[in-house]
Amino acid sequence: MKFADFISVKAIKPELESKDKEAVIRELAASLVASGDIMEDSAESIIKAILKREELGSTGIGRGIAVPHTKHPSVEKLVGTVGVSTDGVDFNSLDGESVHLFFLLVSPPDRPGDHLRALENISRQLRDDMFCKFLKQSKSVDDIKTLLDEADNNQFGS
Amino acid sequence: MGDESIIRKVVVPNRQGLHARPANLFVKVALQYQSQVEITRDGLKVSGKSILDVMTLAAEQGTELTIIVTGPDAETAANALVDVVNRFVEEDDEENGA
Repeated sequence: MKFADFISVKAIKPELESKDKEAVIRELAASLVASGDIMEDSAESIIKAILKREELGSTGIGRGIAVPHTKHPSVEKLVGTVGVSTDGVDFNSLDGESVHLFFLLVSPPDRPGDHLRALENISRQLRDDMFCKFLKQSKSVDDIKTLLDEADNNQFGS
Repeated sequence: MGDESIIRKVVVPNRQGLHARPANLFVKVALQYQSQVEITRDGLKVSGKSILDVMTLAAEQGTELTIIVTGPDAETAANALVDVVNRFVEEDDEENGA
């Protein structure tokens, strides 16, 4: 699976404003509402489910990366967005570091394979230090989109 | 030197597959041991001590994984890691579909 298959370009958030965990999840979810990828009347339920998932263990997986996610019946296909925080957000990460790069995913409950393949793509690309570095430095939707396209075209390692 | 590898095959038992939380649990357990831990899937070999690596396996239900543990505590580590994979079923139940 490629980024283009699940990342909604219109929902990409460079320079996230939020400073804490719940706020950043809300900001990214609101962006998916604005882009039309999740329905407004489902947003609160999706946010609650993502926060509940975080209580089971942070999706801040280290190296400044977090993949907050949930399954939700209101989506028909896997949707996701990317957010970048310049200052970093305390996300109770596994390594204690603040998080700069967010990949938020909402997937239909009956498609566990798609969710796994999205995680596979994200983790494979994020293993590349240059990809992480460039993403962290991105200041605009265009910067991020270009980077994701380059990653989709195998321009980064692994 | 001279440590033999312990090799165990496991089949991912749970409906949701090896998603983020079981991957994290696997790595947490692997890190408790001195031994080197690797996982292979269809020729792809990754470190069992890196969550980014483990998530690249995209292991769905029914996927066969080979766990290769090398080092002084390999036997105990391999047993613990096989247990972790087999515990994924209950982990999913706790999630209540959320």
